[in-house]
Amino acid sequence: MPDGSTAPRKLVEVRNLRMYFPIHTGLLRTHTGDVKAVDGVNFDIYEGETLGLVGESGCGKSTCGRAVLRLYDPTSASIKIDGVELAWANDDARKIDAAARRIARNATYSVMILGVVLIAVLAVQFEAMARFPIVLLQAAVLIALGLLTFFLTRNMLRKSRARAAGISEADFAPTENDLRRMRPTMQMVFQDPQASLNPRMTVAGIIGEPLSEHTQLSTTERNDRIYELMDAVGLNRDFANRYPHEFSGGQRQRIGIARALALNPKFIVCDEPIAALDVSIQAQVVNLLEDLQEKFGLTYLFISHDLSMVRHIADRVAVMYLGKVAELAPRDELFNDPLHPYTKALLSAVPEPDPVTHDTAERVILQGDVPSPSNPPQGCNFCTRCPAVMDICRSEDPEMKEVRPGRFVACHLHS
Amino acid sequence: MPDGAAPQNSDASDPTVLDVRDLKTVFRTRRGEVHAVNNVSFHLRAGELLGVVGESGSGKSVTMMSLIRLLPMPPAEIRAGVVDFDDMDLMQASEDQLRAIRGARIGMIFQDPMTSLNPVFNVGYQLMEPLRKHMGLGKEAARKRSVELLELVGIPDAARRLKDYPHQFSGGMRQRVMIAIALACDPKVLIADEPTTALDVTIQAQILELVKELRQKLGMAIVWITHDLGVIAGIADRVMVMYGGQVVEEAPVRELFANPKHPYTRMLLETVPSLSGERNDRLQVIQGQPPMLARDPDSCAFRDRCPHAFDRCAAENPLLRDVGPDGHRAACFWDGDTQGEEAVHA
Ligand SMILES: Nc1ncnc2c1ncn2[C@@H]1O[C@H](COP(=O)(O)OP(=O)(O)OP(=O)(O)O)[C@@H](O)[C@H]1O
Ligand SMILES: Nc1ncnc2c1ncn2[C@@H]1O[C@H](COP(=O)(O)OP(=O)(O)O)[C@@H](O)[C@H]1O
Ligand code: SF4
Ligand code: SF4
Ligand SMILES: [Mg+2]
Ligand SMILES: [Mg+2]
Repeated sequence: MPDGSTAPRKLVEVRNLRMYFPIHTGLLRTHTGDVKAVDGVNFDIYEGETLGLVGESGCGKSTCGRAVLRLYDPTSASIKIDGVELAWANDDARKIDAAARRIARNATYSVMILGVVLIAVLAVQFEAMARFPIVLLQAAVLIALGLLTFFLTRNMLRKSRARAAGISEADFAPTENDLRRMRPTMQMVFQDPQASLNPRMTVAGIIGEPLSEHTQLSTTERNDRIYELMDAVGLNRDFANRYPHEFSGGQRQRIGIARALALNPKFIVCDEPIAALDVSIQAQVVNLLEDLQEKFGLTYLFISHDLSMVRHIADRVAVMYLGKVAELAPRDELFNDPLHPYTKALLSAVPEPDPVTHDTAERVILQGDVPSPSNPPQGCNFCTRCPAVMDICRSEDPEMKEVRPGRFVACHLHS
Repeated sequence: MPDGAAPQNSDASDPTVLDVRDLKTVFRTRRGEVHAVNNVSFHLRAGELLGVVGESGSGKSVTMMSLIRLLPMPPAEIRAGVVDFDDMDLMQASEDQLRAIRGARIGMIFQDPMTSLNPVFNVGYQLMEPLRKHMGLGKEAARKRSVELLELVGIPDAARRLKDYPHQFSGGMRQRVMIAIALACDPKVLIADEPTTALDVTIQAQILELVKELRQKLGMAIVWITHDLGVIAGIADRVMVMYGGQVVEEAPVRELFANPKHPYTRMLLETVPSLSGERNDRLQVIQGQPPMLARDPDSCAFRDRCPHAFDRCAAENPLLRDVGPDGHRAACFWDGDTQGEEAVHA
């Protein structure tokens, strides 16, 4: 947790993250709109801290987490992890990238069409050229040529246009290959431990898979590492050759966590890691996550809809509503003195396990439902349900402002 | 909105409307027997809301499905039990008698409204069906009552929405429709199995508010199953805690939260972090796993995870006994000496 004495280092910096999923309708599958799952999100995560990400179902938490790890191609974003840009450092870079890709794709299509015509003409003209192995060879050469065209054109265009715009090469998203090399430093733990583990692999196989994929360990080194990981998450070594269905939900989540730890990551996105578990098992897994954080200096993005659990585990908390961050603040300030009307409503909706406070609690009951992310309301996205709504809210989207040190709010009441 | 007074709609003098004694249900599967419900006894008084808590697999749903005999048999087998409802033993009732009771005098709401609402019929049809079948209403009367019911559960523009299909409603509204259907025939008893578990907290708050309001208006008795202690604290009059297919503790809600007696209840209350209370650096853990339920219990089901277990717990299965005022009962041999516990927590 960051404290005042030594300036904490930002491990993750996310700026203007947007992730739109296109909606295609009709016979021709024309692009008729977008699901704006994440629509302009900014946050930092400091080294060694846990940032809680809370909000109701469908507000974009998982999409946000997956986009940060580049499991999605975001619509726009700058995502820096440990100083390395995973998307586009600025909007110019993204536009240049998109244009370069488009032109490169068209160039490739032209080359391919020309090539196919050429092969056809040759085959008609010269009988020798029509023989099957020769055609195959020609096709292979053509495909290689096509790929070459794509990457050469794209890289050249990108380079020249970047130079013209004064942007550095490092501002661009890394290639698939570079991303793959960076994967080990960032990992994900999923909600449903059942669905995220391959049922046909043994525990050792599951935990060892990332090791085989990204390292050159010998078999004994690999096995040692698997046992070490099983110890770290509290799984009995004797279970190494069992299959996921033979385990309880909590144990399966331990397997998922061991797998995520295999490559010594720095940053882990935990997407509802305890939502599928029983209350009595949730505490076991949360304590484990905290122990591992301390031991390995991990940084977490902890996604959850369970506010009391987030209050327990997070250092700072971001509250999402309909694709946007409504409020971001240090944990105690957020829970003791929420500023955004949505945060207030959300906190007051949580039933406390204490019958005495229930009888006296002041509750904000929100009316209606969350609007659809494919058609969010004009202005502030909370204006259809906000108990404090004003005229300006229906026309102007409130910007995220730092209203007190470390406290960010997107609401016209606080600007 | 203020929360109103305590939801104590009933007291011990109210007549009992549902009385379950020694219910035992077993599933026969290829891997052997699952003793899902073991000698469960409880009663429900008129106008009362009985909360049932317990972790998944503790037998909450199977208990309720057994008493209205809605389980698939086989694999389920009700081995014993008496269920007094309306001067009748439901365990002895004929299938015709049961059909007349289910959905009419005993209303039901399930966790996932999408699986219990029929997607191919519009909501109006699904509301009017039971009204015409059980209450003998004509078409027009049934339609009128349906509109009233939808208005009662807070669905705007009710008359028009009768023609809509379930997928045209949001999750929270579907749950409201489910409640409307369950209330259609003025049930004496309403069984709600995790009705808000699949909902968001702000929508859950709407539904809980609605249920409190409806209780004031209609006064039926409710069994509310949940694993969320916060929900129980907010709406229940009395609570029954289940573990391993058995009732391990029951008490009025305030008594249970103030003086939990069974070690499982005590640990459960401590393991849940709170939103406003003190924040601990570590969560209290209940070590181990829930029991397998492969046999008829001959020892305490919580024994492997209990910090107070002693010899007797392995030799006998504890029965519910009085441990406090107002029918506070717990199934445990431990005498409640917390000295050891205090030392652990210090
Ligand atoms: N691949 C996709 N294609 C189209 N829409 C999507 C896709 N993935 C997510 N969405 C939509 O984006 C929005 C945000 O989804 P997301 O899964 O991020 O929500 P969430 O906050 O994680 O919700 P939950 O709490 O239910 O997990 C939702 O409206 C969802 O339907
Ligand atoms: N159809 C079935 N076949 C076999 N076992 C079942 C079946 N339904 C429930 N069970 C078992 O009965 C026990 C109690 O289940 P249930 O009452 O659904 O728990 P809950 O308290 O979560 O509602 C569990 O061990 C469960 O696995
Ligand atoms: S900007 Fe307006 S509508 Fe949005 S949260 Fe603030 S007060 Fe409510
Ligand atoms: S009977 Fe024994 S094992 Fe069971 S809960 Fe009581 S003390 Fe623990
Ligand atoms: Mg999600
Ligand atoms: Mg159940």
